[in-house]
Amino acid sequence: MKSAGLVAAWVVIFAVFALLLPNSFATSRNIETIFRQMIIVGFAAIGMTFVIISGAIDLSVGSLVALVTVVIAKLLNAGQSPVVAGLVGILVGGLAGLVNGVLVTKLKVGSFIVTLATLLAFRGIAKGIANEQSVTAPLNWLRYFTAALSPSQKWMVLPLGGWLVIALAVLSGFVLHRTVFGRHLVATGSSPATAKMCGVNVDRTQLLVFVLAGVCFGLAGVMQFSRLTIGDPTVASGLELSVIAAVVIGGGSLTGGEGSLFGSLIGALIMTTIATGGSQMGLPNWVQEIVTGVIILSAVALDRWRVTRGQDGAN
Amino acid sequence: MQLEVSGVCKSFGATLALNDVAFVVRAGEVHALAGENGSGKSTLMRILHGEILPESGVLTLEGVRYAPRSPREAMDAGVTLIHQELAVSNHLTVTENIFLGVEKHQRGVLSSREMRSKAEECLAQLGHSDIAPDILCGRLSTAQKQVVEIARAVRADSKVVLFDEPTSSLGHKDVEALFTLIRGLKQQGIAVVYITHFLDEIMTICDRVTVLRDSVNVGSLDVAATTPTKIATLMAGRELGKVFPHFDRSPGEPVMDCSSIRGKKYPVNADLRLLKGEVLGIAGLNGAGRTELVRCLFGLDKLKGGTVVAFEKPMRSNPSGNWRSGIGFVSEDRKGEGLASALSLTENLTLPRPGKVLVSAEDRRARTQAIIDQFQVKCSGPGQKMSSLSGGNQQKIAIGRLVDSESKIMILDEPTRGIDVRSKSEIYHMIHKFAGEGRSVILISSQFGELLGLCDRVMVMRRGEVVGEVLPKESSERELLEMCAGA
Repeated sequence: MKSAGLVAAWVVIFAVFALLLPNSFATSRNIETIFRQMIIVGFAAIGMTFVIISGAIDLSVGSLVALVTVVIAKLLNAGQSPVVAGLVGILVGGLAGLVNGVLVTKLKVGSFIVTLATLLAFRGIAKGIANEQSVTAPLNWLRYFTAALSPSQKWMVLPLGGWLVIALAVLSGFVLHRTVFGRHLVATGSSPATAKMCGVNVDRTQLLVFVLAGVCFGLAGVMQFSRLTIGDPTVASGLELSVIAAVVIGGGSLTGGEGSLFGSLIGALIMTTIATGGSQMGLPNWVQEIVTGVIILSAVALDRWRVTRGQDGAN
Repeated sequence: MQLEVSGVCKSFGATLALNDVAFVVRAGEVHALAGENGSGKSTLMRILHGEILPESGVLTLEGVRYAPRSPREAMDAGVTLIHQELAVSNHLTVTENIFLGVEKHQRGVLSSREMRSKAEECLAQLGHSDIAPDILCGRLSTAQKQVVEIARAVRADSKVVLFDEPTSSLGHKDVEALFTLIRGLKQQGIAVVYITHFLDEIMTICDRVTVLRDSVNVGSLDVAATTPTKIATLMAGRELGKVFPHFDRSPGEPVMDCSSIRGKKYPVNADLRLLKGEVLGIAGLNGAGRTELVRCLFGLDKLKGGTVVAFEKPMRSNPSGNWRSGIGFVSEDRKGEGLASALSLTENLTLPRPGKVLVSAEDRRARTQAIIDQFQVKCSGPGQKMSSLSGGNQQKIAIGRLVDSESKIMILDEPTRGIDVRSKSEIYHMIHKFAGEGRSVILISSQFGELLGLCDRVMVMRRGEVVGEVLPKESSERELLEMCAGA
């Protein structure tokens, strides 16, 4: 029901742009472009969905993505194969997630503060490794993850990265709904006290959530590198906001316990559609930003209204 | 013998919460644990449930030593607590809540079907097959959530189930259903410990009762062989001290007149009339709706119905308007709401001063100093941080705020909670003095002695309604307790 509403919202937004741009917007080529654009936000949104359901937040995602692109470029320059470079990139993501998770569970100062600090630190490390410059790397097949499909590849419908996002979302959905870890994660976000009382290891669950999210962010970093084909320590600044917005539009609640992987992906799609449509219409950036802000607010306000109305009905 | 407690002692800092408490709960009986607020019954319950460890004493369960170090250990040993604030996760289904922490799985993947059918079994055993195992708990009513928590106890094959004031958030009909359910548990040979201060509930559902007073077990009785009055006497016990100022007041014309007040949940229906120069007490047990009533009056909570008039004008529906009209409020929650502990005495005291846009720092400091002198607040000066004061001195500033803003009606919610005896007595004299100056005071207190020693009239609330009014000179703590508990 709720997912249906989201899809409907996307269809409406898409239709509006299709009407405004009758010749170019609703073409298969453009749809492919939109999907390609959403790959990075999509990967990150899957990780963020876990974090937000667990009642936490991770602001370090944009910096981490930049760090991963730099690491991959450096490794490629050092003669490593794209496979090794990509895997190490994902590993860096997981390690960064471990750092976040350990700090959050040990320091008890809240994930907002911890990841605000690591947002700065990871960005700094990326700049340090890259000598504050972009790092060019030899051209390689990593770029096909997000590249436009050539006519002979049209049968794939989406580039490889797009299919990977969908596969990861399905896998994550299984973890969330069908495993002990997934249920403990929801319980932790919904009511940590209740979870603890029932014997759930709340800290370990939280730690694992951050590691998993880090792996997802590492994957987002690989996709970002695939788009850029270079390592850029300044890329993806502000990405955390689009990612959080995607999760929240998709039904995630910042008070924990709630969130939907499918919803987050549609949220990412909505964000990308607005951005793509806006730039194709030649709308200046500032207009797009205002529109995006309004859409996030209305999505959350609508949800809030739905929830409170539901409560009143129950009483 | 199912659960035996002997020689249990526990203190928090200098306060002794339990002193050599012993009692026995038999299999298949409902055993009430009764006592006034602060008598030690919650501490005892937390020990039984593994939340805190006793300093000394022995617990045994079916003859075996029982010393739980966490709620989980208690549950594994066969003791489950049904919380007053229900501990179910709203975002999990009924089945998932029943199995939270002990999920059945194969290599981490949930065995959903197995858990679902076991959950259905547990619910059926409780006579609640109406609750669907797949529904999210957030969509259940409070009473249904309680059933889910009890089903968790059934799933764990609990031998002892502790109920902590289980009717405090239930409606009348749900209470009946809960009693039926508890009788069912009893028939299955489960021992039930029922913590309450409602005498009528003890008489209805319990077989035996253990009464705690001032951290000590003052008696374990068979319910069939006793009367509510006898239990109330045990609970109240002590004589009224001489800590209260002698008074002989004759209050004047009405300053506040409210009728049929209704809030979101509580109060259900309350009338209140306050006279000039009067101290009006509100008595009631925890959760009777006293705080909700005054919060509605003061505009902190939404008023759903009724008329509120003060000084012959309708009262404002927001706190700032009420401060301006000369009505002041002291919250029961000093740390959370009453005071800003990170700010100075001056900042705290002069916060609500109405009608001034600009105030000079010098003026504010002088006013604070005046209050400090008047009430003998122990501090280094007006600039000291609130958090470094003792509870009693903090409370004097909270009340001083009402004097500073020239309140003519003072609403004091548990003004002596958690403060030392000396400060308590000083606050009693402050209240007495306010009435003498022609101010009117509404005083909420859980200490019946305070109400009887300070007030001209005491109104009694129970379950959101005003159920009566007494004149302290003609009443006793026991009578108040009986009225509050509904004996």
